Amino acid sequence: MIYLKLLWIFFKIGLFSIGGGYAMVPLINSELVAYGLMTQAEVADIVAISQITPGPFAVNAATFAGVKVAGIFGGVVATAAVVLPSLIIATLLARYFFKFEDNVIVKRAMWGLRPVVTGLIAAAAASMALPALLGVESSAGIQWASLFSAVDIPAVIIALVSGFAIIKLKASPVLVILAAGVLGVILFGVIGI
Amino acid sequence: MSKKVSLWRIFLTMFKVGALTFGGGYAMVPLFRAEYVQKYGWITDEDMLNMIALSQSIPGAIAVNCSVLVGYRLRKIKGALAAVAGSVLPSLITLTVVTYLYKAVRDNAYVAGALRGVRASVVALLVSAFLGFMKPFYKDALAVAAFAGAFLLSFLLDINSIYLIIGGIVFGVALGFLRIKKSDNAKDGGAAP
Repeated sequence: MIYLKLLWIFFKIGLFSIGGGYAMVPLINSELVAYGLMTQAEVADIVAISQITPGPFAVNAATFAGVKVAGIFGGVVATAAVVLPSLIIATLLARYFFKFEDNVIVKRAMWGLRPVVTGLIAAAAASMALPALLGVESSAGIQWASLFSAVDIPAVIIALVSGFAIIKLKASPVLVILAAGVLGVILFGVIGI
Repeated sequence: MSKKVSLWRIFLTMFKVGALTFGGGYAMVPLFRAEYVQKYGWITDEDMLNMIALSQSIPGAIAVNCSVLVGYRLRKIKGALAAVAGSVLPSLITLTVVTYLYKAVRDNAYVAGALRGVRASVVALLVSAFLGFMKPFYKDALAVAAFAGAFLLSFLLDINSIYLIIGGIVFGVALGFLRIKKSDNAKDGGAAP
């Protein structure tokens, strides 16, 4: 039953995406890409779409994946499932211990968690770079011998320029994504590299 | 609260915040503040800061957690449900439409070109995200080790992100207790970010 499956997957994603936003990308990789429900390229697309549409990434990603896998009702189920852990946990905390953030154990747990989540985001960036820049689906598919010829050079240039604009020039991610899209249309669509 | 805030009003204000927030996370803070603190005076700035701090330390999207907390504060469980429904609905509607459009046009040569460019820039976006998150940890050898461990286990061995996150929590708590034993000034949270 696809709806129950979506409910369970997105409940887990909602429960374990701590730190918001990009912390969810590695979970999508583990829970959806690994089971063939989404491709790595689609994950990159939803990150981009989420930047240029309103609302939190978690909700956008859940709706996108739900609709893609099982239509409108799938989108509703996935979205409800991804906010359910928040609803339960935040309500309990608001009721019983509002001063939760001062708790030393919580601070310690967060201290260990942050570098791990950061490592997971780095891994998600690397996984996403494989189809976007190298044209392979997973790290198992890398042909080390012919790695150099597989590199999508125009895409690598777009990635480098985007990185420079975001990190050094503090450009808005929305503008960078839109500019990369326009550049993509020109280079790959019109010129046909 | 002296007078009761209507559930419909909670729903409408959260709908507005959800519809006008692009990029998620902290992008919602100024809007949230304009509605809840400045326009209606339902909560104070201090309440808001506490809610944001708490929202970051618990699972789920920061914007969703914030809306649960403020909804609960105003009208208990019903308020939390009205707030979540309001904050999620704009994304649910927009993304449902966008996903159908995406499925219809993704194979068009120009759209495919745009997506190829966009995917490359998303790699850069994720790289900038993890570099930003990593900043407080550059000089902490254990944190760098946790980062590297999580990256390698996730990217090369495809270990499920959920296990690595649980591992991160255990690591953080265990290390926290070790450091408390070693130092006397643990009351202030020590190395916690």
